[in-house]
Amino acid sequence: MRCLQVSNQDLEERIPSYEELEKLENEEAGDRPKWDNKAQYMLTIVGFCVGLGNVWRFPYLCQSHGGGAFMIPFLILLVLEGVPLLHLEFAIGQRLRKGSVGVWSAIHPYLTGIGIGSMCVSFLVSLYYNTIMAWVMWYFFNSFQETLPWSQCPVNANMTGLVSECERSSPVDYYWYRETLNTTPDIDNTGGLQWWMVLCHVSAWALLFICISRGIETTGKAVYITSTLPYAVLTIFLIRGLTLKGSLNGVKFLFTPDMNELMNPTTWLDAGAQVFYSFSLAFGGLLSFSSYNSVHNNCEQDAVIISIVNGATAVYAATVIYTIIGFRATEKFDDCISGNILTLLNTFDLPEGNVTENNYDQVLHSLNGTYPEVIQGLNLKTCDLNSFLSEGVEGTGLAFIVFTEAITKMPVSPVWSVLFFIMLFCLGLSSMFGNIEGVLVPLQDLGVFPKSWPKEAIAGTTCVLCCLVGLIFVQGSGNYWLSLFDSYGGSIPLLIIAFCEMVGVVYLYGIDRFNDDIEFMIGHKPNLFWQITWRFVSPAIMFVIFVFYFITKVQETPMYKAWNPESENFPTLEEKEYPSWIFAIIFILAGIPGLSVPLTAIYKCLRNRCCKKDNEFKQDDLNTILSSVWNLKNSIACKVTQWHK
Amino acid sequence: MLVWILFLLCQVGAPALAQDLCQRDAPNGYKVRISLKTALGEDAYEWNQSEMFFFQATMAFAMRRHFQMETYNVDNIILCVQTSRVSFWFVVTSPDNTTMLIPKADVEKAVRMSRHRINNAFLLSDRTLEFLGIYPTLAAPVNPDTPPWLIVFGVVIGAVCVGIIALLISSLLQKRRKEKGMTEDGQDEEDMQVKGVENGINLDGTYNRGFTDDDRFTKL
Repeated sequence: MRCLQVSNQDLEERIPSYEELEKLENEEAGDRPKWDNKAQYMLTIVGFCVGLGNVWRFPYLCQSHGGGAFMIPFLILLVLEGVPLLHLEFAIGQRLRKGSVGVWSAIHPYLTGIGIGSMCVSFLVSLYYNTIMAWVMWYFFNSFQETLPWSQCPVNANMTGLVSECERSSPVDYYWYRETLNTTPDIDNTGGLQWWMVLCHVSAWALLFICISRGIETTGKAVYITSTLPYAVLTIFLIRGLTLKGSLNGVKFLFTPDMNELMNPTTWLDAGAQVFYSFSLAFGGLLSFSSYNSVHNNCEQDAVIISIVNGATAVYAATVIYTIIGFRATEKFDDCISGNILTLLNTFDLPEGNVTENNYDQVLHSLNGTYPEVIQGLNLKTCDLNSFLSEGVEGTGLAFIVFTEAITKMPVSPVWSVLFFIMLFCLGLSSMFGNIEGVLVPLQDLGVFPKSWPKEAIAGTTCVLCCLVGLIFVQGSGNYWLSLFDSYGGSIPLLIIAFCEMVGVVYLYGIDRFNDDIEFMIGHKPNLFWQITWRFVSPAIMFVIFVFYFITKVQETPMYKAWNPESENFPTLEEKEYPSWIFAIIFILAGIPGLSVPLTAIYKCLRNRCCKKDNEFKQDDLNTILSSVWNLKNSIACKVTQWHK
Repeated sequence: MLVWILFLLCQVGAPALAQDLCQRDAPNGYKVRISLKTALGEDAYEWNQSEMFFFQATMAFAMRRHFQMETYNVDNIILCVQTSRVSFWFVVTSPDNTTMLIPKADVEKAVRMSRHRINNAFLLSDRTLEFLGIYPTLAAPVNPDTPPWLIVFGVVIGAVCVGIIALLISSLLQKRRKEKGMTEDGQDEEDMQVKGVENGINLDGTYNRGFTDDDRFTKL
């Protein structure tokens, strides 16, 4: 494939040679931090990959795209897209032993933009991700009460009834939108800073700072807890969930396959996007973490193991979530039917026990025959189990509304609430470690902070800065800003960067050189599967996903869902259009990280051109001087050893 | 004879009169609905005439308790329109004049005052012994002085602050130990220098790595 490779001069001078790597390995001379043991590395990567998306995005996709049938596109794309990209990032990080900016500028100075893009995306994602942590902490703090505050509506000011907003919606909705977020009806009203959220926000960043203050020295210890605790809690919830009534309804609903969904291209697109985001690729964090490994670490095996663990965790978490959702849906369904039965009993003064769930339909039918007008006037609710099962089961709605409601129906609710929010916190915190790594290491590589500053100071400054900028998300309109950042900042730029990464490694760094590197590191050349996926299949998949995503996003008018108590369809969220000034923000979020790749290349090119002549001259001179000194020293050394003998 | 006929008429007429006073949707009456099976499940007792009598007695008690002067009796509570749902209507007549009904508002006050006692008499609750039209008063919300979440927050933030201070202290101590080690041991200096050279390399440009190994060669 030599013809497709772009010539890359001076590459050997920018990257460590094999001899140097062996030396680093054997003499342990180097100031780069190292993992204490393999387990720390694996737990950190697993923690980074397994995040909130596994809990609240994957189950929703699974259920909405044909249940068990969704596994097929998911697994196929996991193998064709996730594993190769993962292996690539691990291998290149381990080989070049630098953070994202360092790696890409070593491969070619014009590619520094990829590293900068990764850093920007990591920064944007860190900002809003930690706000979700703040929300989780708020719910966690409020779980230490006997009656959970979201289980009942508060009484209004003159004690005559319940608060109207709560009565019209539900206690959990009210608690989330009013008492937690205090959300404004639209994004133009900022609503001011919510002091309780500011406290939680600050505590989330402070906790993160402690864990990342010394880089992997501290995160390596923290991941023993943050990466393993979610699995323990999921297992506890699974056992509890399976003993609840109606849980199997949920699991059946989740996994019932609908093969027709496989014909729908959106299913494949969503599966591809989910695999991609789930693996936290193109953030730069994976590169960084793998660069702290020993040179001969088996990155191929790691990539396969991590992919399997990530996929399995997604399926496991989906099962657990849906047992609880099944329980909640069944409870709601039972309540709905009981409510209708009671209405019938009361209206027709029938003895209790005459109408049960079993003969409800019969009785209703016969009564409808004899007294149709009365039945019409009753406004009986339609109770459909499937509609309860498909209610709001994605994103923050799942965690803070649906799941919290389910918890209130379980006995000993505070315990389950505490466990659940600790699990969410650990899942998010371990992902934050990777995000922050993707911000801190490039900053150090770029020399933004003075070299004399210790690691703690750099971490501290970054945390303080992010905390201050993140105050956008704790205003009244913060929720809308967060979903804006999530849809535009954390999606399209990553696809661009990942595509550039693959192309950069395969065609600029050289796939042959890369194969040799891997052979040096793990002992054998990557087999045909890797060759085909790296060269053609994965970049093609990335490209297709990017094009479709881009087209869909550009075509639709950006809308957001607002909680407006004055709207007509309250409590359904109101769909509103973004105001025009938002487009500037969207451009900054999606455009700047994506455009950083070509822009940095152009900048470097221009700088090179205007200073090129001087540089060439100096470089030639320096080379001759250095080579002659090297020869001189070698000959002296030889003579001295001879003399000693 | 005439007196005897009048007496007979009264016996027949009184219930008829009572029947007129108590009827469905009576302006001064209340409908009561009882859900025994919902409240007690398997332990539900049967609703029979004795229970109805007990209800009359309880209502009479409630009226006495409210209007402390007047002596209400079971006869003053008239029940009608009983259904198998277990629901019925009742009106309250004045003890002085059995044809006069006590106004709705007064009955409501009496019921509200003794609601708890009435519920307990029948082992029921506000939800299972309903007086349609008399809404149960909502429980006053319990407002603790410090919201519980602030306590937990305080604990967590305290632990975090302790952690940060411990971290900073430990890094300061490490730095001091390193400095001590450097000044005491001269031989380490060269090693440090080697590391220092590596540290000082600017990763952003191109440089010749061949140079760094030199120091090791010359360290005979």
